[in-house]
Amino acid sequence: MQDHTAETSGGAHHGAPSIDRGPRLSNLARERIAGYLFIAPDAIGLMIFVGGPMILSLSLGFFSVSGFGEYTFVGLDNYRRMLGDPLFWRSLQVTLLYVVALVPLLYVVGLGLALLVQTDSRFNGAIRTLLFMPQTVSLVVVALVWQVLVIDKIGLFNQWGAAFGVGSISWLGDPRFALGTVIAISVWFLMGFYMLIFLGGLQDIPKEYYEAARIDGAGPVQSFFQITLPLLRPTSFFVLLVSTVTAVCGSQTFDLIYIMTKGGPANSTSLVIFYIYQQAFQFNEYGYAAAMASVLVVVLMAITVLMFVLTQGGRFAHE
Amino acid sequence: MNEATLAQTPTEEDATQRAMLRPVQLALYLAGVILAFMAIAPLFWMLSMSLKPSNEVFDTNLIPRRPTLASFVYVFTQVDFARYLLNTFFVSAAVTIIALILHSMAAYALARLRFPGRDAIFLAMFATFLISQPVIIVPLFILARALHMLDSYAGLIIPSIFNAFGIFLLRQFYLAIPRELEEAALIDGAGYFRIWFSIILPLSRPIMSALAILFFLANWNSFLWPLTITSNQDLWMVQVAIASFRQQYNGSWNYVMAASTVVALPTIVMFVIFQKRIIESIKTTGIK
Repeated sequence: MQDHTAETSGGAHHGAPSIDRGPRLSNLARERIAGYLFIAPDAIGLMIFVGGPMILSLSLGFFSVSGFGEYTFVGLDNYRRMLGDPLFWRSLQVTLLYVVALVPLLYVVGLGLALLVQTDSRFNGAIRTLLFMPQTVSLVVVALVWQVLVIDKIGLFNQWGAAFGVGSISWLGDPRFALGTVIAISVWFLMGFYMLIFLGGLQDIPKEYYEAARIDGAGPVQSFFQITLPLLRPTSFFVLLVSTVTAVCGSQTFDLIYIMTKGGPANSTSLVIFYIYQQAFQFNEYGYAAAMASVLVVVLMAITVLMFVLTQGGRFAHE
Repeated sequence: MNEATLAQTPTEEDATQRAMLRPVQLALYLAGVILAFMAIAPLFWMLSMSLKPSNEVFDTNLIPRRPTLASFVYVFTQVDFARYLLNTFFVSAAVTIIALILHSMAAYALARLRFPGRDAIFLAMFATFLISQPVIIVPLFILARALHMLDSYAGLIIPSIFNAFGIFLLRQFYLAIPRELEEAALIDGAGYFRIWFSIILPLSRPIMSALAILFFLANWNSFLWPLTITSNQDLWMVQVAIASFRQQYNGSWNYVMAASTVVALPTIVMFVIFQKRIIESIKTTGIK
């Protein structure tokens, strides 16, 4: 039955060629086997090292894991504990603050930089390269360098501040400033990447549109709002989605917090992704950490599915 | 104004506009220069501090008054930094090469070969696209422990190979290659492996080299996974090494900055050499 359908569909697709290669059916079987063999290594690898852990995370949340690797089923205990854990709620609050500040900032800065260096010239090319440069350095190095620059009293920023009569500010040690400092450094690090993404989007907008708008008497501001922004919608969507995911659970976010603040001071930079890590690897609370992570996994899966549906598998309908 | 503009010939109009735009243009150039300076200034400070003697580190001069390589010498003689660099190079290169081969094979199957379940597999792969490592770090660690991968090169390399991003970009690239080339080879009796190896692989050189650079950089810079699964100092990767170096030499910022410079320099140099390729490949990352 299956062979029969295969034969007809194969005939429809192939048409004339492959006369001298024996019966058509075996060609089709060969193509299938080749397909599975080619995709197997990556498919199995992804299943074991990404998909598997994702599912494992969901089930691990119902267990309590001892330091010796003994599992005890505890039902919803971990989830109940989550509800009553003020530090968990605090970390959610910090994460929300971080996302709400960082995502729009990156959007505006990224787009602004892209518009600034949009036209192709040697000068703009050099500026683009320099703006992207921070991206090539690891977050550990970034965190270490910034830590020295904003260090209390003797750091460069505080010495400059002192020159203007501003008292020393503990940029990373004062709960009022720490998260803001982390956000500023994140923008500094990430802006080059989003600039490039926006540049890619801007390149796709036909120049004729601007020409036509100019002839119709539209100023630069008008053509930005009437042409650029609407036509950048797919790019904007991509930028907002990726920057949100990065802010919530990117490894970059984790690295920065791990090196610079360890969640402090007074939990003011305790992002949920860092809190999960702490619970798992500092307090050996693997089950509890997995339960919190699975809440994040569910949110992420929802976002991914939404993205797939909205973009029809990475393509926008009107393109 | 409108009518006047329309009445002018294009060249005159351009000329007046150009004259009007000159101050604006100048301001934009200036803004570009200032922003670019802000982007790279911290990296210059890192280099500057690594070249300063310890009692000069926090002075506000960018150019060291008494430049010295003492901190670099210290980093390489007092700590086994060369070993960490070698570890990192080995792991990053291994991940990059294996990942490129596997991703290219998978992408070829997804773009060209017809087999039942292909679209479902693609959808499943796509679903892992946004799952970042910190989210699954706990189960991944438990899995690695169960597979006896803790404190081993295999543990550093194998879990880092698989990510949907590379498969995705390669598939898009292969979809754009004309089919005729392969069909001719098929008629000549070539097998699928030979077609992939001698037609597809050579054709994908531009995108493969871009991906190779991105993969290598990502692995060179990765911190969380090596931190989580290595406790044996002999297996440390550089990022883990400088993080603990900072704790060990708390306050000796000239040493920490020298180590950071050593770690950052290869990636910066690599970027400067391949910047065109890197920038082009990232520009097209946004959905097309």
